[in-house]
Amino acid sequence: MSYESPIREPLVTGGKGYHDITEGVLAPLEKKPNMTWLAAFGLSAMVMTMGVSLIIWTFFEGIGAWGLNKTIGWAFDITNFVFWVGIGHAGTLISAILLLFRQTWRNSINRAAEAMTIFAVICAALFPLIHMGRPWVGAFWVLPLPNTRGSLWVNFNSPLLWDVFAISTYFSVSLVFWYLGLIPDLASIRDRAKNKIAKAIYGALSMGWNGSTRTWHRYEIVSLILAGLATPLVLSVHTIVSFDFATSIVPGWHTTIFPPYFVAGAIFSGFGMVQTLMVVTRKVYKLENFITLSHMDAMAKIVILTGSLVGIAYATEFFIAWYSGNTYEQYAFINRMFGPYWWSYWAMISCNVITPQLFWFKKVRENMLLTFIISIFVNIGMWFERFVIIATSLARDFMPANWALYTPTYVEVGIFIGTFGVFFTFFFLFAKFLPVVNMFEVKTLVKDDTVVDHGHHDDHGDQHSHSAEAGVSHSH
Amino acid sequence: MSSYKDTTKNFLLGKFHKPGQVINSVKALQGEGFSVYDVYSPFPIHGLDRILGIKRSRLTIAAFLFGMTGTCTALSMMLYMMYFDWPMDIGGKPSYLAPAAVPVSFELTVLFAAFGMVFTFFAVSKMYPGKKPVIMDPRVTDDVMVLAIEKSAIEEADQDKIEGIMMSHGAFEISEKTVHNELFEV
Repeated sequence: MSYESPIREPLVTGGKGYHDITEGVLAPLEKKPNMTWLAAFGLSAMVMTMGVSLIIWTFFEGIGAWGLNKTIGWAFDITNFVFWVGIGHAGTLISAILLLFRQTWRNSINRAAEAMTIFAVICAALFPLIHMGRPWVGAFWVLPLPNTRGSLWVNFNSPLLWDVFAISTYFSVSLVFWYLGLIPDLASIRDRAKNKIAKAIYGALSMGWNGSTRTWHRYEIVSLILAGLATPLVLSVHTIVSFDFATSIVPGWHTTIFPPYFVAGAIFSGFGMVQTLMVVTRKVYKLENFITLSHMDAMAKIVILTGSLVGIAYATEFFIAWYSGNTYEQYAFINRMFGPYWWSYWAMISCNVITPQLFWFKKVRENMLLTFIISIFVNIGMWFERFVIIATSLARDFMPANWALYTPTYVEVGIFIGTFGVFFTFFFLFAKFLPVVNMFEVKTLVKDDTVVDHGHHDDHGDQHSHSAEAGVSHSH
Repeated sequence: MSSYKDTTKNFLLGKFHKPGQVINSVKALQGEGFSVYDVYSPFPIHGLDRILGIKRSRLTIAAFLFGMTGTCTALSMMLYMMYFDWPMDIGGKPSYLAPAAVPVSFELTVLFAAFGMVFTFFAVSKMYPGKKPVIMDPRVTDDVMVLAIEKSAIEEADQDKIEGIMMSHGAFEISEKTVHNELFEV
């Protein structure tokens, strides 16, 4: 048992005991879906269908369906790719890095954040795949598969290829980490399920879990090592994404600050999305006692920290452009601020650097409506950051004769909106069929002076017999 | 069925509501010289593994070995493809360069270590999709901790004493369970 300061607010409020946690978290799974869920799921599925239709249209028509031109070959799609990968960073940060730092407040938000990671990475991976134009032959371009041309292998010196390895490793390791964390909770659902089909499915997925101390012992070691592996992994992924740009010589991309700057931005945008999702989920699922105001407070603080880091990165980039004495580099930054895409630059600054500073006020951190609004600003701002970096740098590089402007077509905008459909379709399915809060980890946070019920445990909630036992070792 | 080894075991189960009660109960039983088979709980009880005398798992070593396999796979794959099989001369730069090999070798190290370790964990814990679980009490995955004592390991006469120890440490229920022909976790 780790030591916890008595001043610190409890992470599970409302005097909830173990059984209350099971009941509270599993209630939405065991009920029939209500109209709100069906409507939200239906809407997401429709948006997803629209996105998929436009992807099919892109394959049919070719990349010419998009607004790209000879000068600007990367725009909406790569912006969206980096945007979604960035969002996917908070999940592993919460589940792995905060586990290593023993930040136990992560216990109630890690499940949803990891789910968010997986769905966001799915959305992200779509874009490079679509951008290939013919992804069905793309396997030969991104994987070292023997072929009839030599074999002519993929180029391992290219950051684009490193990205393939980074993203696919990140996705599969996150998926395994998430599934491993789900097993004990799937067993809880199995043991409570009344429906035969549900019992069979959750039973098969829980792999015969029985809560033995021997298994728990190994389980905890595996979780810890996975966290240790995922921590450098999550940092490597956005580092490598930033290499896609930083190893080139395009003014505005060719900077050594990119890896830490991208990682900070990724964590920032990821926490923005976690806030967006958690504000809604805790309210709709009545999980306010597990995802408490102090959880929301902690996330808001991370948003201020990473938002400010991103702000410093913008300033540093600007300073170095001036200090380098390189005309092209200097022009790239002046162009960002006052060029044809000035509005995207200032949208980025106001959403990423200015609005999150409101979180310095405790009143704002504890106001869920304001938190929600600011988190939406963060999401928007981080999308613009990637657009600014990618599109404005390409629009005006070394040769004025090659300068061009880029406007997305309805196909690109539609595919981007469609990925929100993909993301939320998966998220709503997750929220309906899997526990959104990691029950067994939250149970470890219950203080020993909470409910002790020596009788039946069907009616825990009403019998709050607070015993005087202070800690585990003193109980009798 | 004759080749099928009979692994029927009878257990005496003490059921608790709090992790502290289980820890104290296990300590008291061990103090009296009784051996505890296992404890089943809805969440990991820290320190209990050591009290039960469970040796530290060697999964960490497995993870390291799998990780090294990943590193070697990545490095040798790239060396073969980029240097031996199809070297490319791009502006006179070396076709196989150590710094450029770092990202892919790192990713494959993590990939191999993570998957290798998780599958080893499933194997040593005898977990697989669709396995029929040995459920000591269905509430074990909810809010009940079950202390299991194998009946063949104790004297018939001691049973009352064991039950007394468990009750005095807060067991709210004592029961017995027979488990037939199941794979037991070792």
